[in-house]
Order: sequence, then C-alpha cells, then structure tokens
Amino acid sequence: MDKTVNNKAWFLVLPVLVLVAFSAVIPLMTVVNYSVQDTFGNNVFFWAGLEWFKDLLSSDRMWNALGRQLAFSTIIIAIEIPLGIFVALHMPKRGFWASVVLVLMSLPLLIPWNVVGTIWQIFGRVDIGLLGYVLDAIGIDYNYTQNTFHAWATVIVMDVWHWTSLVALLAYAGLQSIPDAYYQAAKIDQASRWKVFRYIELPKMAGVLMIAILLRFMDSFMIYTEPFVVTGGGPGNATTFLSIDLVKMALGQFDLGPAAAFSLMYFLVILLISWVFYTIMTNLDKRG
Amino acid sequence: MAKITLENLAHSYLPNPQSQDDYALKQLDHDWDDGAAYALLGSSGCGKSTLLNIISGLLVPSQGRILFDGQDVTRAPTAERNIAQVFQFPVVYDTMTVHDNLAFPLRNRGRDEAYVAERVNEIAQMIGMEHMLSRKARGLTADAKQKISLGRGMVRKDVNALLFDEPLTVIDPHMKWELRTQLKKLHQDFGHTMIYVTHDQTEALTFADKVVVMYDGRVVQIGTPEELFERPEHTFVGYFIGSPGMNLLPAKIDGNQALVPGGTVALTQGYGPLAGNIQIGVRPEYIRLSRDEGLPVTIRRIEDVGRHKIIRADLMGHEINIIAPEDQQITPDMTRAAFDPAHINVYADDWRVTGR
Amino acid sequence: MSLELKGVSKVVDGQVHIHPTDLTLERGTMNVLLGPTLSGKTSLMRLMAGLDKPTQGRVFWKGDNVTGMRVQDRKVAMVYQQFVNYPAMSVFDNIASPLRLMGVSAVDIDARVRETAEMMKLTPMLQRKPLELSGGQQQRCALARALVKNAGLVLLDEPLANLDYKLREELRVEIPRIFEASGAIFVYATTEPEEALLLGGNTAALWEGRLTQFGPTPHVYRQPASATTARVFSDPPMNFVTMEKRGDRLSFDGGREADAGLLGSLPDGQYQTGFRPNHLHLSQPSADALRFDATLVVTELTGSETFIHMDHHGERWVGLMHGVHDLTLGQSLPVWLEPRHVYVFAADGRLVTPAAYAIAA
Repeated sequence: MDKTVNNKAWFLVLPVLVLVAFSAVIPLMTVVNYSVQDTFGNNVFFWAGLEWFKDLLSSDRMWNALGRQLAFSTIIIAIEIPLGIFVALHMPKRGFWASVVLVLMSLPLLIPWNVVGTIWQIFGRVDIGLLGYVLDAIGIDYNYTQNTFHAWATVIVMDVWHWTSLVALLAYAGLQSIPDAYYQAAKIDQASRWKVFRYIELPKMAGVLMIAILLRFMDSFMIYTEPFVVTGGGPGNATTFLSIDLVKMALGQFDLGPAAAFSLMYFLVILLISWVFYTIMTNLDKRG
Repeated sequence: MAKITLENLAHSYLPNPQSQDDYALKQLDHDWDDGAAYALLGSSGCGKSTLLNIISGLLVPSQGRILFDGQDVTRAPTAERNIAQVFQFPVVYDTMTVHDNLAFPLRNRGRDEAYVAERVNEIAQMIGMEHMLSRKARGLTADAKQKISLGRGMVRKDVNALLFDEPLTVIDPHMKWELRTQLKKLHQDFGHTMIYVTHDQTEALTFADKVVVMYDGRVVQIGTPEELFERPEHTFVGYFIGSPGMNLLPAKIDGNQALVPGGTVALTQGYGPLAGNIQIGVRPEYIRLSRDEGLPVTIRRIEDVGRHKIIRADLMGHEINIIAPEDQQITPDMTRAAFDPAHINVYADDWRVTGR
Repeated sequence: MSLELKGVSKVVDGQVHIHPTDLTLERGTMNVLLGPTLSGKTSLMRLMAGLDKPTQGRVFWKGDNVTGMRVQDRKVAMVYQQFVNYPAMSVFDNIASPLRLMGVSAVDIDARVRETAEMMKLTPMLQRKPLELSGGQQQRCALARALVKNAGLVLLDEPLANLDYKLREELRVEIPRIFEASGAIFVYATTEPEEALLLGGNTAALWEGRLTQFGPTPHVYRQPASATTARVFSDPPMNFVTMEKRGDRLSFDGGREADAGLLGSLPDGQYQTGFRPNHLHLSQPSADALRFDATLVVTELTGSETFIHMDHHGERWVGLMHGVHDLTLGQSLPVWLEPRHVYVFAADGRLVTPAAYAIAA
C-alpha cells in the first residue's frame, strides 16, 4: 500500500544506526581484520591471508569442539522441548495457582549464568553438595571433575534445569490461546488424550515451539559461563565447547589471528543454522 | 435421537444463591420433543448459553435434573451424552484434511473404514464440499470451516441432539443465507433434535419449529413464529420480535374498551378487573394512518425502507411506530392512527392477560 | 465545503481496488457507500481520509488539492466496525482525547465532552471504563470521540455490524439525528440496503471497485441505473427473468405469453427484466398480473415476514411476503407479478425503463 512518504523518519532511526555501527559492524570488521593477519602484540601486524582459516579447517581441535557443541545442543533441545511441553500441559490454566506456578517457573530464568554454574558446582560436590552427597550415599561414585560421563550429565542437567522453564512458558502461552470450544468439540468427538494433543494442542503450539527451538539452539550454541564455572571445560577437553575453546585460544594462548578466524567461522555457522530455522518458520507461517 | 427433559432446573454461578436475582437461569421445566428444531432466542446475558452448557454437560446445574429419554444425565460428562455441537467460531482440526475432519468422530468410535468413507462422502455432498475432501482444513474460509464443523456434527447417525451456539456469527452476511437455508434443509431431511442458540430473530424464527424466548434468566414464551408475532406472552417478546417491535401504551381496561392517552380503543374481547401496571400492545403492522379515524398523532419522521415505510409518530407524549405500505401516500392531513382491534394484546405487569 | 474525488483510482500489486472514480460530497450531507464485502467501500474511505494515497487522480477538500496530505493534517474522524476505545481511560477521557491532542482549553473540553455525551446518551457513564459498558454504549463512545472533534468529514465503516440487531435498530434511528445536528459530511459504509434506506441522504452503490451509481438514496433504490446497482441495492437480491417483446405480446418461461400492457412502448427485442422480492405474490393480485411457475426450495421467517426461496427454471428467486406462510418444500408454486413492478434492462445490464410504480413514487 502506498503510504504518505516523509523523509523525517530517517532522522529518527539515525541514533539506532550509529549504535549498531559501533556495537556490531565496527567490532565485526576488526575481527575480520585480525583474522587475516598475525600479531605478537604491540600493534605489529603481519599479513597472513587465509592461512588461519586453512589451519582451522584442518585442525582436529576445532572439529572436535564443533562436534561436542552440536552434540550438546542436540541433546538439550531433545530433552528441553518435550519436557517443556510436558510441563506446560500440566500447568494450571487459571486461578491463583496459575500465577504461583508462573512465578516459580520464571525463577531459574532470572538467575545470572555464572551463579547457575556456581550453584551446580557446589550442588554436585560430594563433601558439601546435596546432590553429590546423595549420589555418593546411594553408592554412585559421582565425580564430575574426573568422569567424562558425569561431567556431561552435570552440564546437561544444569542447562535443562536452567532453560526448560523458558520452553514451558512459551508452550504454555501457545496452549492458552486455544479456545475452550476446541476441547469441548474434542470431547464430543470422543477424541483420546493423545489425539487432543496431536491434532489440537501441537498444531497450535507449532509456531511458538519453532521459536523456542531457535532460541535454545542459538543460546546453547554460545554456551560458555556455566560449563566454564562447573567443569572448566574438563575433564581433559570433554566439555570444551566452541566458545570455551575460543576463549582458551584468544586469551589463554593469545593467538589473536587464529581466534579471530575461529570466531568468524563460529559466527557463520550460527548465521547459517539460524537462517535455515528462519526459512522453515516462515514457510510454516505461510501454510498457516 | 432423544427427547430431552428439564426437570425443576435452575442454575446460579454463586455458591449460595440467596434471591431470585442470583440465578443466571431461573427455575424451568420443559420437554424438548424428539426430532424437533428449537431456537433459544434472547439478548446477551439472558441465560441462553447457560442453558445450552447444561444440556451439553459443560455445566452441572445447581438444582434439578436433565433427562435424555428418561435417563438421568445431570452429572454425566459431555462425552457420554452422545451429542454434537457447532460453536460460534469454527472448530476444525487444521492439520487434517477435510475428509479426516469429517471422519474423526467415527474413527474415534472405532467404525470400520468402509462405513466411514461412505458416510463421509454422504455428508460432504450434503454440505457441498465433496470436491475439496482431500484439502487441508487450514486456510479455508470461515464459512467453509463452519460447514465442516456442521458436517462433523451430522456425521454420526445416532446423536441424541445437535446443539448450535450462534453458529453464524463469523459468517459473511451474504453467506448466512446459504448456511441458514442449508441447516433448515438438513433438519427437514434428517429430523435430528436440534437446539439453536441465537440473538438474531430471523435465524431463530427461520430455523425453528418452536422458539424459546429467554429474558433475564427466564423462559418468557415458547411458541411458533406466528404465536410470537401475534400473541407475545410478555412485553419483552413484543419488543424483541419484529422490527420495529410492538408499541406499548399505558391503558385502563373497561370491559371491551381500553382507555389510552388521547381516547379509547375498541377490543375484541372483554376483560375482568385487572390489577398492576396495565398496558396495551399493538404491532406497527396493525396501525393505520388515517384522516378521521382513531387516536390523534403527530408525525415526527418517515423512514422509507423500500418495501414499506416506517412512521415515527407522537401520541400524547408516547412514541409509536407505524408501518405503512410502500405505495401509500402520506399526507399532512393524516393526523390520526387507527388500531386494528383483532391484534391488540393486553398486559398486566408485562405479562399478557386473556379476555373472556 | 465539499469533498471532491477526481478520477481517483487505487491499484495495489497490479490489482485494481478502485477503478477511476469521480464523486462530489457536499457539506451537511449523509452519504452511504453501499456494496457487498470487498466491493471497495473501505478502500474508498481510506482514500477519502488520506490514509492511502490514490494511484491516480486527485482529492479536493473545500476546493484545495489535498492529495497526499497526511490524515493527521486533515480534519477527519473515523469510526470502525470494531469498538475502538482506550480501555484504560474513562469514557470522559476517551471522548476528550482528540481535543487534548488539539490543545483545547480544559474548560472548553469539559463543555464539549458533556454536550457530545448528552447527545450520545452517555452522560451517566462518563466516569466508567469502556469495557464496563455494553457493546452499543462502547460504540456510542467511539462515535462521540469522532463527533467531538467537529471534524468536517466523519467516516463510519460499518459501525453497527458487530452489534445485536436490536441495538443496531436503535442506533440506526439515532445516527441520522446526530448527523443532522452536526453539519459535517458523513460517509457511512454498509453492506445492508435496509440500513442505507433508513439513513436516507445519498447513496453510492459500489460493485467490484466500481462506483455504479450515486444519487439520493430513494432515487437510487427506485431507479437503479443498471442491473448491477439493482442487485447491490436489494436484499434479498433482485430476481431476474428473460422476456421477449414482440408487438403487443410478451413471451417468457419458454412458452408463456401475456399482453405487453405497460411495456408496450418498448422496441421489440429480448430484455432482462427484474423485480424486487417483495413484489412477488402467491395469489393473483390483479387481472394483468404475469404468472410464473417455480419450485419451492425453502422458506425463512422473520418476525412478520416470510422469505420464500424458489427455483425458477434453474435461477434462484426469492419472494418476500407479509405474514407467516407455511409451505411444503419441493412443491411447485404459481407466483404472480404485477407489470408495474417490472424493471427492464438491456442485455448489457443498462436500465431501459424503471418500473412504473417507481416513476410514480
């Protein structure tokens, strides 16, 4: 539709454009700049071309971190989405308890990442932590600093604890938008509980669930603080995910060039996967 | 099909109703005959949805019983009542095809596929959707979706009753014609017991054999369209049915004459002594403008509605409406209004009284 | 003061929403835009208001070219089908809101709000919130907000469509009264011919984005310029039948004949004739009435009238009869029509001669 054209609007968006330029575009360009050069500090640079990228693509270290990262994201999405739906389905729909449950559910989302890590680090300790103590008492030799499986389990359970309520809240919002008439009609049609879920609740939640998956994917793909606090990436490199690896490389070893190349690749991977999600979502919308 | 009996039924949304005013549905005894088409007509908040929800099993009444063919179902859940319902907004299963939507109630009841396919085709033909059976329901227009809801209601042959809750609300005006006509035809062809809730008089009167008019939680009249028009039992029915509604004038009744502002009006019946607030009611259709006959009126406004004229007039400070034929010339010397005695009803405290 | 559209058209993504339209609305007139859903009523209103810019053509307000001027800079008020009020504000503040934006003094605001509220029968509810009001009162509040601005142009887009019919009936009577007191140009979009007739004033009939006729409402109703206008301005729609006139004989229905009578002066040829549903009779009304045979499809009842849907040689006809008629479905039905009620259209739909009764009225 042709709206009345008014160029004043450009002045109104200008502050945002400046802000975005300084906060995103310029830093990104700096990273691009670093990724094609070598430096030993003191602002002395040597041209390296695509060297870092070639190195990176042939390095096992990067591929292993990427593999762990994908495995982690897949596992937590596979747990959090069904679990979140399950929780949402069992939340009270209205009344006093609905508000109480909503507040309780949002609590984990309000806790800062490093605090979440610290909570679980202590929680899992065998000497003073409730979880560690209980597991030890029932005869499980639980030690997340030594045992790879235990480390993974701890990091995953921690993420599930932290983020399932986000999925549940989104799914809950989707469920709330279903008019009562649908449930009434399903009763009249003698639809089973499973069919009510499959043909009424799931289709109505599809939109928000796609958003939940996208959010959880992007967020978990960038996870850093919690595993860093709990396991520090260990034992060995067992829980060294992409961002932890990146920080080790950039700050631990001060390899700025390779680290810059690394972050660009990282950025492109997230962009690519997000784009795939976005395309799927808009197609879903069109069908709806 | 079943006969539905309401026994001593009443409902209040409050836990401890004290007075009559606390009841959303005041006490009611009524039989819904097997195979008849009823309309529940009233403005919003009159209790018609409460009554429908009690019949469908969404609400348990605070008092009284509801029987399907003599069997008490007051506390039975919806699924056990074997009813079908069409809602205000179309309820379809978006991810299923039209065919699967129609087949859904049958498949859930474990009917074999051959029967399902046969029945679905039959219903699709009835609702005129046989050419789009394999389409997904998502993305269809509101009236197509509402037809599917309707079809899903009709697909089982053994339903006790079909309930409609203002089913044409979201339908485009020019499509209402078609669906209204189709519904009526379906009833005539299949003879389900049908209860249709609406606030629209045309929908109610067109659809139903018997119209149940509700006002303020009470059933004020159950009657054929003709009865509601000619002999409204309550002044609300007179007002609600007809457009414009019935004229009411304060009156004193003296045998077979009514004393009203501006003069007397003849009645065809005699009345005994009446107590309370006495009014006479006469429909705009039964008043004639005249030069020399009837009560003195001043014409305020003439509205030409095409097929007839609505005359808004003043009779000694009371506004009355008169309907005049399309080709009648209204001249300034028409200063009187004559009431047709055969169509005058007498009301005491809003309820119609019969003469001797 | 007038609003003038000169050759205004609207094309969106290659689709024509409004064909080039010339229309002049004079000050102090009620103008009804009548047409079915998607006929272009809302598009035309948006062009009048300045919410959209015409693809071609110009809009004049009091003789000034205002094409492309923003809606904020024009004195326009609009009321929509949905009841649009500020839910957090009282009725008083809702009505006062446009005046506050215009910077009117508090004393004037109070006086004008109270005056408008009185006119709209909202005085007892001034301190309540819109959601505590009935649908009719909510819409009256929206109307009051539109009127209080003293806008020169008030646009009403199916304002009563979401109300119960009894409330609609009451507001339909009120709106012309309010309008008469205001002196603005009113534009009122509706799909219902009866509403147009009740509102009076002028009617612009719209069909598929085209203005088919504009004139005083009773005139457009009784003398539609084309079969299209007649179809738009008739609910249920006008019935049509093909007739052939030869000398002083009329033939129709593949074999029936009648004396041409009133239609005798027409040149010989084939015509599309039309008549309104309320002019059909179930018994012979006069000696010269034309007889048709139809099959009854279904009957519908309003309070005092019966709609009779029938099939006439494959064409759907509707009759509107006074009183309650109970007829058996599927029966064949003789129906009569008086020649004075027959409109004659040429093959291209143009009106050849209006019905005799309409010329007399």
